[in-house]
Amino acid sequence: MANRTVSVSGERGLAASPAPITRKRWRRWLRGDMVLAVLVLLPSIIAVGIFIYGFIGWTFYISVSDWKTSTPDFTFVGLKNWTRLVNDFRFQMDLRNHLYYAIGFISQCIVIGFTLAVLLDQKIKGEALFRTMFIFPFAVSGIVTGVTWQWLMQPATGINLLFAKIGMGWFRPTWHANIEYGIWAVSIAAAWQFSGYVMALYLAGLRGIPAELREAAAIDGAGTWATYRYIIIPLLMPVTFTVFVLTGMNSIRIFDVVAALGGPGPGNSIDSLALNMFQTTFGAYRFSLGAAIGSVMMFLAIFLVVPYLMSMSRETER
Amino acid sequence: MNLQRIWTRGAIYLVLAAFALYYAMPIYVLIITGLKPFKDVSMMRMWELPKGIYFDSFTTAWGLVSPNFRTSVMITIPAALISSMIGSINGYVFAKWRFKGADTLFILFLVGMFLPYQGILIPLVLTLQKLGLYGTLAGLIMTHVIFGIPITALLFRGYYSGIPNELMDAGKIDGCGFFGLYRYILLPISMPAFAVVLLWQFTTIWNDYLIGLVVLSNPVRAPVMVAVKNTAGSFSVDWNVQMAAALIAAAPTVIVYLALGKLFMRGLLAGALKG
Repeated sequence: MANRTVSVSGERGLAASPAPITRKRWRRWLRGDMVLAVLVLLPSIIAVGIFIYGFIGWTFYISVSDWKTSTPDFTFVGLKNWTRLVNDFRFQMDLRNHLYYAIGFISQCIVIGFTLAVLLDQKIKGEALFRTMFIFPFAVSGIVTGVTWQWLMQPATGINLLFAKIGMGWFRPTWHANIEYGIWAVSIAAAWQFSGYVMALYLAGLRGIPAELREAAAIDGAGTWATYRYIIIPLLMPVTFTVFVLTGMNSIRIFDVVAALGGPGPGNSIDSLALNMFQTTFGAYRFSLGAAIGSVMMFLAIFLVVPYLMSMSRETER
Repeated sequence: MNLQRIWTRGAIYLVLAAFALYYAMPIYVLIITGLKPFKDVSMMRMWELPKGIYFDSFTTAWGLVSPNFRTSVMITIPAALISSMIGSINGYVFAKWRFKGADTLFILFLVGMFLPYQGILIPLVLTLQKLGLYGTLAGLIMTHVIFGIPITALLFRGYYSGIPNELMDAGKIDGCGFFGLYRYILLPISMPAFAVVLLWQFTTIWNDYLIGLVVLSNPVRAPVMVAVKNTAGSFSVDWNVQMAAALIAAAPTVIVYLALGKLFMRGLLAGALKG
C-alpha cells in the first residue's frame, strides 16, 4: 500500500516537470488542435441540434397548427389542439394509466431489484448463475416480452392454469383484459423485463459500500435490520434516485409492451400516451393532435430529467 | 444459533430460486411451445413438456419473419459500427479536449438521450421524406446513428476519462497532434470500450420497435420486431408459430448476452443513465 502511494506521487512529479518546448509554441499548437477538436465534434452537434432539439421545437409548432389530414398544413390555430386533447377521453385515460403503471412498475422494480441484490450479496454459491438468470430479460425486447406475457396472462390458461394446479382455481384474474385494472397487469410484464437490471444497479451499489462501514456498525451493536435501515439504505440513495429516474422515464415512454399486449385495450384501459400518439398521428393522420401528445410526453420527461442531470453535473464538479 | 443460520441460508436460496423460476418462466413457455407439433398445442397443456422435438413451428415462423430478420441484420450491424466510431471520437473530444462550453454541450447531449421519441417523430418523417430516405434502410440506419450519438459519447467519454492525462502529455511531447493522440495512444487501448458500446448499440437497435415501425413501415421490409408484433396481432397465425417467431427475434440479443455476459454487465452499469 505504502509503495503504491509513493509510486503514484512519483509519476505526478514527473508529469509536472516542464515539457521541452517553449510555452508560446505549446500554446499556439494547443489552440490549433482545440479548433480541430471542435470541428470533429461539429457534425454531431449539428445532428443533435437539428434531430433532437430542432425537432422538439418543430413538433411543438405542429401542435399549434391545423394539420389534420395526410397533407401538411401549418396554419397557426393557437391552442385548439391542446384544448381538444385535454378534453379527450382517451387522453384522460392515458394519464390515469400512466399514473397506475408508474406506481406498479416503479415499486415492483425497486422492491424486487433491491431484495434480490441484498440476497445475492450474502456470499451466495452460484451467484453468477443467479445473476445471469435475473438480468437476461433485459436483453429481451419489449415486443417479445409483450407477446409472451399476452399468452401467460390469458384468463383461460397460462398463469391461471398454475393457480388452478396449486388449488387456487377460484383465483382467475383477467389480467390485461380487465377494464379497470388491466394496466397493472401491463406493469407486471414490464417489470419482469426491467427489474433484473435494477437488481444489477443495486448490486453494484452494495459492492461499492466499504466493508469497514458494516463492520463498524456491527461493533456498535447494530443488528442486520438496523444496519440496512440506518447505513445501507441511506448510502444507496443515489442508486435509488437513478433507478427512480430510469423507471420513471420508462413509465412515460411505455409503448412496445402495451402494443404487443393488444393495446389500447377495451375502453383504452391499457392505452399509453406513446401508443395514442402513434395511432393519432400515423393511423388517423391527425398530425397536430399527435404532436400535442408528443409534446406532453416531452414536458413530462423534462420534469424528470432536468433535476437528475443537475444533480449529476453537481457531482462531477465536486 | 447454528440451526437458525441454516434456516436463514435455506430461505435465502429458496427466494433466489423462486425468482430464477419467475424470470425463466416466459422463456420456458416460449421454448416448449415452439418445439411442440401443431396437433399437440393446447392452451390447457401450456406448461407440459413436448412429447418429442418438432421444428415445424420454427420452420413456419422463419418463413414468416426471415425477410425481416435479414433487414434487422442489415440495419443493426452497420448502425452499431458507425455509431461506435462516431461515439469514440466524440468521447475523446469530451474527455480530453475540454474546450469552453464542452461540459454544457455534453449535458445537452445527455438531455437529448432521455427525451421520448414521440416528441421527434413527425419532423423526423418529414425530414427523411425530403431527403428521399423515408422507407429506406439507409434512412433507418442514419436515424439510429443520430439517436445513438449521446449514449455512445457518454460511454466512451467515461472510458477515456479513466486514461491518465500523463499518457496524453507524453504523446504531445512526442509530437502527436489531435489525431495522432487518438490514433496512436487511445485507439489501440479502446477495444474494451468498443466492445461495450457495440454490444449496447446492437441490443438497443435490434430490440427497437418504434423507430423501425415509423421509418420502415412496409410490412415486408420492416425490422424483425415489427414483424413479430404483426404476427402476434394476426388471428390467422397459430399460437405456437407466434411463440417461435418471438423466440427467433429474441435469440440474437439473448445469445450475445449469454456469451458476453460480463461485457454486457459493464455496459449496463455504465449506461445506467440511459433508459
